[in-house]
Amino acid sequence: MISASLLTEFQNLLGKDNVLESESDRHAYSYDAAVLDAVIPELVLRPTNSEQLGKTVALCNENKLPMTVRGAGTNLSGGTIPTKEHGVVILTNGLNKILEINEQDLYAVVEPGVVTAKFAAEVAKRGLFYPPDPGSQAVSTLGGNVAENAGGLRGLKYGVTKDYVMGVNFWNAEGEYVKSGGKTVKCVTGLNIAQLMVGSEGTLGVYDQIILKLVPPPVASKAMLAEFDDINKASETVAAIIANKIVPCTLELLDNATINLVDDFTKAGLPRDAAAILLIEVDGGHIALVEDDAEKVVEICKKNGARRVQMAKDAAEKNKLWEARRNALPALARARPTTVLEDATVPRSQIPAMIKAINDIAAKYRLQIGTFGHAGDGNLHPTILTDKRDKEEFHRVELAVDEIFDVALSLGGTLSGEHGIGTAKSKWLEKETSKATIIYSRRLKKAVDPNYLLNPGKIIGG
Amino acid sequence: MHEDLHQLAKLLHELDDQMVACMKCGMCQAVCPVFSETMKEGDVARGKIALLENLSHEMIADAEGVQDKLNKCLLCGSCAANCPSGVKVLDIFFKARVIVNTYMGLSATKKAIFQGLLTKPALFNSVLDVASKFQGVFTKTANEVIGSSCSRINAPVIGERHFMPLAKKPLRKLEPALNTRPGKGGYRVAFFPGCVIDKIYPQVGQAVLKALRHHELGIYMPAGQACCGIPALASGDKESFDKLVKCNLEIFEKENFDYLLTACATCTATIHELWPMMSGDKTESMQERIAALAAKTMDVNQFMVDVLKVAAPVQGHGTKVTYHDPCHLKKSMKVFEQPRALLKSNPKVEFVEMAEADRCCGCGGSFNLQHYGLSKDIGKIKRDNVVASGAQVVATGCPACMMQISDMLSQHGDKIAVKHVMEIYAETL
Repeated sequence: MISASLLTEFQNLLGKDNVLESESDRHAYSYDAAVLDAVIPELVLRPTNSEQLGKTVALCNENKLPMTVRGAGTNLSGGTIPTKEHGVVILTNGLNKILEINEQDLYAVVEPGVVTAKFAAEVAKRGLFYPPDPGSQAVSTLGGNVAENAGGLRGLKYGVTKDYVMGVNFWNAEGEYVKSGGKTVKCVTGLNIAQLMVGSEGTLGVYDQIILKLVPPPVASKAMLAEFDDINKASETVAAIIANKIVPCTLELLDNATINLVDDFTKAGLPRDAAAILLIEVDGGHIALVEDDAEKVVEICKKNGARRVQMAKDAAEKNKLWEARRNALPALARARPTTVLEDATVPRSQIPAMIKAINDIAAKYRLQIGTFGHAGDGNLHPTILTDKRDKEEFHRVELAVDEIFDVALSLGGTLSGEHGIGTAKSKWLEKETSKATIIYSRRLKKAVDPNYLLNPGKIIGG
Repeated sequence: MHEDLHQLAKLLHELDDQMVACMKCGMCQAVCPVFSETMKEGDVARGKIALLENLSHEMIADAEGVQDKLNKCLLCGSCAANCPSGVKVLDIFFKARVIVNTYMGLSATKKAIFQGLLTKPALFNSVLDVASKFQGVFTKTANEVIGSSCSRINAPVIGERHFMPLAKKPLRKLEPALNTRPGKGGYRVAFFPGCVIDKIYPQVGQAVLKALRHHELGIYMPAGQACCGIPALASGDKESFDKLVKCNLEIFEKENFDYLLTACATCTATIHELWPMMSGDKTESMQERIAALAAKTMDVNQFMVDVLKVAAPVQGHGTKVTYHDPCHLKKSMKVFEQPRALLKSNPKVEFVEMAEADRCCGCGGSFNLQHYGLSKDIGKIKRDNVVASGAQVVATGCPACMMQISDMLSQHGDKIAVKHVMEIYAETL
């Protein structure tokens, strides 16, 4: 239990309104978007400036309170679910200022609670581009994106969050200030701690300021939709596009199950008998080059067995082509009460093998699984449609998930392309890496967080 | 207390099937007007659903805390309209309010208003008729362009509000009951003005009647209409709500007509959506009767454009007019093109779109009474967007939004008139 005097101390530091202690308030921070059991925090704290954040961390450390930092709570691997004993949630949504957008030097400095889409829009207003676009960008925070190394649809061409992190200044477990990275393109001063912070899921420090790289935006784009009778042909098309030195900004795949669910939902007249559709978009700095690439892509699709290829003539048509992809998750999510969204990722050449394995697993465990995702980078979203209240069925879901990971690893893939490990996948971590990897990571953690208070239990267990 | 909670939890089980559809993705945070002010998870749909689930599974003892959060919601439906998994958030919240608020008990004031006054239309009307005669003693004009008033004295409830005064004569006195046959227009329509148009904005009702007469429609506007029931339902008073539904149903069933029209987005959404949704506990025949009237209910803007097909666009010059989307029209009924089409058909109107036209104005009915500070903060954003549009008139399709926007503009001293779309359309006839 948190003592009355400590509570008063937090209230004096943050103001009463920013210390949430009532039962009903605390219950609202007990979950994230992962299908996992909720854990009720003992206290929820909302610092509104950097100094308050540092002091909050120091106070939690002094009082041995495990801290889970939370942005928008959209995590899909349980990383923002608080720790079981005396867990405290530190909210970042009071730290939501864009401190600088530098148009000469192409970087921005932000507080961790800035919402991704709002940031991208501010950057766009200045004629610049921040490419990472995770599915939750309308609400997700940049701090959360960095902590999870969030990806998105543009990963293949533009990379993921880590490719845009130039520096991270953060509070260590004791509440002391650590600076890493900087505002220059080249910076080799000290250990590359900034990149160590990326994807650390709140286990190594509490972000205070993040320096992000900005790039010039593409000026033109073209979108195409290709239908295939055979998923192998779709996959060969993906490989052929890249072999032809064209890197589309989006290369999305929907499998037959997903196509049918989307069509049930939208009645948009999608090709229900197609084994797969690919949504391809190319972009670039010059319209003629982009059009040239787009024509080549159409040719490659046809050559590799696409039975039909449509190219959008204008923005309205492009919007229409995107409709199927946009509705993939909404359609899947509506089909059954519980949606288990996975992100097992394989080398792109292994996509047909992976999708075949997923369909076999679905049949074996009598489950409905729709798969869509980022074909260009091999990051698939096998989405299991179920009802967590049906214990017997949900047990089959758990077995299926185990098997999906086994297959992904056997194909040279990885447990998580973009959702993180959190608590949901930590039990498989050793399988992909090694015992020594876990021990090494734990030693690292112990060295910087001796009391094990920074989001303990995430990624490496313990 | 423990046994009590067990009872409450059992009642909430009926919502389990709807609540389980929430995958806790958190996308509602992007659109919730209350969350954008407070940034607290308990104020957004995902948090409220989690709390209701925990109450239903007896994991939480603080039922009052859950009740407070449940009631701290505009019921604007922005979350539902934006929900990737299609959670019927409003269904859940209305039903939960009935369960929780009935269980925890209605406040004495609400009981007096809903059960003693609102459900007795004749008494309710005469009390407000008397009030309209005396309101000048306590209030004075605040803004002549808007026509708002404020309090002369430090009055409770009114506080700093700039409110729209009660009309000198309500609509039902200006336009007595109607029951006419259609002319060339072909259709026969019933008209449900609703409380706010009747008592505060009778000119809106007159504009609607002018249009209906102009298009030579048969009109059925019976005397003795009651409130649509939304204030009672939003407070969880299902008993009063049911009485109001029954009273209106019996009056409107007396005659045949093609459509039941309202010029109040909230009344339309209530009759069209909430009446059937809340009729599950009724006999089959009662459910069918409610469904039949609900199916005939239509927003008057939608009727003009979709049924009468009257709004041909013209290149307008003159008054700059912008449009605010009432949540109950856009998010509940998907009506947003028709009011704009009506405005654009007026040659004296230069239509300008404001930023975030479909952002909730922050009124939310009784939300405005219980959380005025928050309602005002949300309303201020709407006011800023209206002003930034450069419009001289802001039009909308809901008298409740008109009251809220008038309050916000008037308190800032803005000389921008607030009108109903039908008033602007009627000018062309």
